Amino acid sequence: MTWISMLIKFCSATEMNSSSALFVTPNSMLYEPVQQTAIWGDFSVNGFLNPPSPFILEVDGKLSNQSEDSSHGMGGILDGYNQDDSKQGEKVSRRLAQNREAARKSRIRKKAYVQQLENSKIRLLQLEQELERAKQQGQFMGGGIEVSHLGYSRNRKPGIEAFEVDHGHWVEEQNRQTTELRNALKSHSGEIELRILVDSCMSHYFNLFHMKATAAKADAFYIMSGMWKSQAERFFLWIGGFRPSELLKILIPRLETLTEQQQVEAGNLKQSCHQAEDALSQGMEKLQQILASTISAGELGEGNYLPQMGAAMEKLEALVRVLNQADHLRQETLQQLARILTTRQAARALLALGEYFERLRALSSLWCSNTNESA
Amino acid sequence: MDKVMRLASENGLVIFSKSSCCLCYTVNILFSELGVSPYVHELDQDPEGKDIEKALIKMGCSAPVPAVFIGGKLVGSTNEVMSLHLSGNLMPLLKPYYSFN
Repeated sequence: MTWISMLIKFCSATEMNSSSALFVTPNSMLYEPVQQTAIWGDFSVNGFLNPPSPFILEVDGKLSNQSEDSSHGMGGILDGYNQDDSKQGEKVSRRLAQNREAARKSRIRKKAYVQQLENSKIRLLQLEQELERAKQQGQFMGGGIEVSHLGYSRNRKPGIEAFEVDHGHWVEEQNRQTTELRNALKSHSGEIELRILVDSCMSHYFNLFHMKATAAKADAFYIMSGMWKSQAERFFLWIGGFRPSELLKILIPRLETLTEQQQVEAGNLKQSCHQAEDALSQGMEKLQQILASTISAGELGEGNYLPQMGAAMEKLEALVRVLNQADHLRQETLQQLARILTTRQAARALLALGEYFERLRALSSLWCSNTNESA
Repeated sequence: MDKVMRLASENGLVIFSKSSCCLCYTVNILFSELGVSPYVHELDQDPEGKDIEKALIKMGCSAPVPAVFIGGKLVGSTNEVMSLHLSGNLMPLLKPYYSFN
């Protein structure tokens, strides 16, 4: 008896419910009836089956046990046939076993494939977020997308992401205020309007110091290295920000019509700012010395340095204090300068300062696009 | 606290400090740059150090160290010293204590 005739006999002998289906391919593998069929990648939602070639039928978990049983059942049915067909019976059993094996492998492959898709999806979402973040920073920093920024984002401490977003807004607002000052001075605005602008400008800087203080508690190293600043700004970095004496050096010569009294006071401010800055720089160096000797304590090369790590972490707490002190110095410098000057002079000074930072950011952006092009 | 007031009144210029504190070092450096030599009392080398710290906080100092006294009066910590200096009001206070080399 040929296997086809066996098949026909089998079809009539077994009960087939409406949802089961039996498939035959040219390469003569006999398939069992299944209640649910799932051929991954080939089933559409409403269950219509488009058999590809070659054709592999997947049997779901529950059914695979049943298929074992039904094969015995099959065997039982086959037992009813004559001796001639027992060889055929063996072949069929073998083929059934091969089919089960193939189905099992197919299930494993499907699982792996789905897992891979899931992982890729997560990775894609991450990349999209990073890109969005980098774009935003590029906007706020004048268009430069730094690869180093993307690299750092993987190690960010909580609170730093929020700081970066807030800082982006801060820069936007600063640019807006700078423009307002420019327009007000051009149109010869009155004392009162200028006073309002000067005060809100000053508050805006003080806001930044406040933001930095919070962020420094989250990640002092991040603030220390000026990671949120554009490259050109970072070139002039001093303890997590701009150098106050540098600020005075840029602004004071540009102030026209300083009275003698003002000149004396400005000179004194320059000197005391320099002295305070100097002292704090040395304090910073002292912290570096302390940290270096803490890290290198004991035998260098020993391989076990857990105690040094604990001690060093304690020393690092001082970093936040130093950062706050530097920002305090910046704030005091700005306040004292504003106190010495008239409202109009202060407005001019703040305009000059605002544009100075704008220019640094523009330079960074140009630098970035230059670097990208040559890459 | 008695000890604190005694030390402050005995010496014109006093800095309560800790040897490992970098801001104490900063204030010290600033004073020497300004031509004065304060009496520095290291709390980590004083067995009563902890008590002195508590007393300084109670007196209203923003941080226990550095705590600066000029002419027996508490001036404050690093912030206060810096603010005074930038506003030009520190030098006049230090005048009586200039060391002439």
